[in-house]
Amino acid sequence: MYKPNDLILRTTTSIIVFILLGFSIYLLLAGHNSPGGGFIGGLMTASAILLLYISYGSKAIEKILPINYRLLIPIGLLIALGTGIGSFFFNVPFLSQTFTYVQIPFFGKMELATAMLFDVGVYVTVLGVTLTIILSISRDQKS
Amino acid sequence: MNASEIGEFIAALLILIGSIIAVISAIGIIRFPDVYTRSHAATKSSTLSILLTLFGAFLFFWWGQSIFSVRILLGILFVFLTAPVAGHLISRAAYRRKVKMADTTVEDELYDVLHKKGAEDSKQHSE
Repeated sequence: MYKPNDLILRTTTSIIVFILLGFSIYLLLAGHNSPGGGFIGGLMTASAILLLYISYGSKAIEKILPINYRLLIPIGLLIALGTGIGSFFFNVPFLSQTFTYVQIPFFGKMELATAMLFDVGVYVTVLGVTLTIILSISRDQKS
Repeated sequence: MNASEIGEFIAALLILIGSIIAVISAIGIIRFPDVYTRSHAATKSSTLSILLTLFGAFLFFWWGQSIFSVRILLGILFVFLTAPVAGHLISRAAYRRKVKMADTTVEDELYDVLHKKGAEDSKQHSE
């Protein structure tokens, strides 16, 4: 068999992954006023991490990112549930949301909404589900 | 004809050239004889056509509607980086599976390095 020589793929991956991760964070943050949101941001982050898995192999990536992706699912669901339960403290119905305008030093006046927190929960859940499914299918020996 | 109309004309021209190159690339994929020449047609001219079309769209939104879309620039950079690598990987996988070349092929210098018996020595030598 041939010895793998993945220099071109690996070099390109290490450049491309920054674009993918940055764009996925952009999609997560821009979801309120333009196309984007938690779901597609999570899918894009998962695709970036999968590209790392494809080009560098699972052994190296598990050393760099020692995350159990199965744990991300309950964490994301708890975040989403927490934003719903948080509305009880202000005596409003379940999953009520609000927003406010905040003066942030560098970025100027920004609109901060609590729907963003729910989106973060969706993002973490989608990331965990996608990576759990694909990594458990693609692996053939037990680890 | 004011400045914004000239800008839109240039953008439309770029998009037209890009689509013509895409058609040429598709004809090349149909007409070429084997995998390697087809990947040559599919990689280079498709990349150029996508870059021209995206740049035309970028110029149209910039001059016509004064939207500076960083996402289109990122898309240009992304396609410019990834499409040749994808073509390289596909044709390398085809070569390592010993896909036949066209009958008019004269020389195959990589064959001795990869497929012959003495391949192990030369590989260790090169590393």
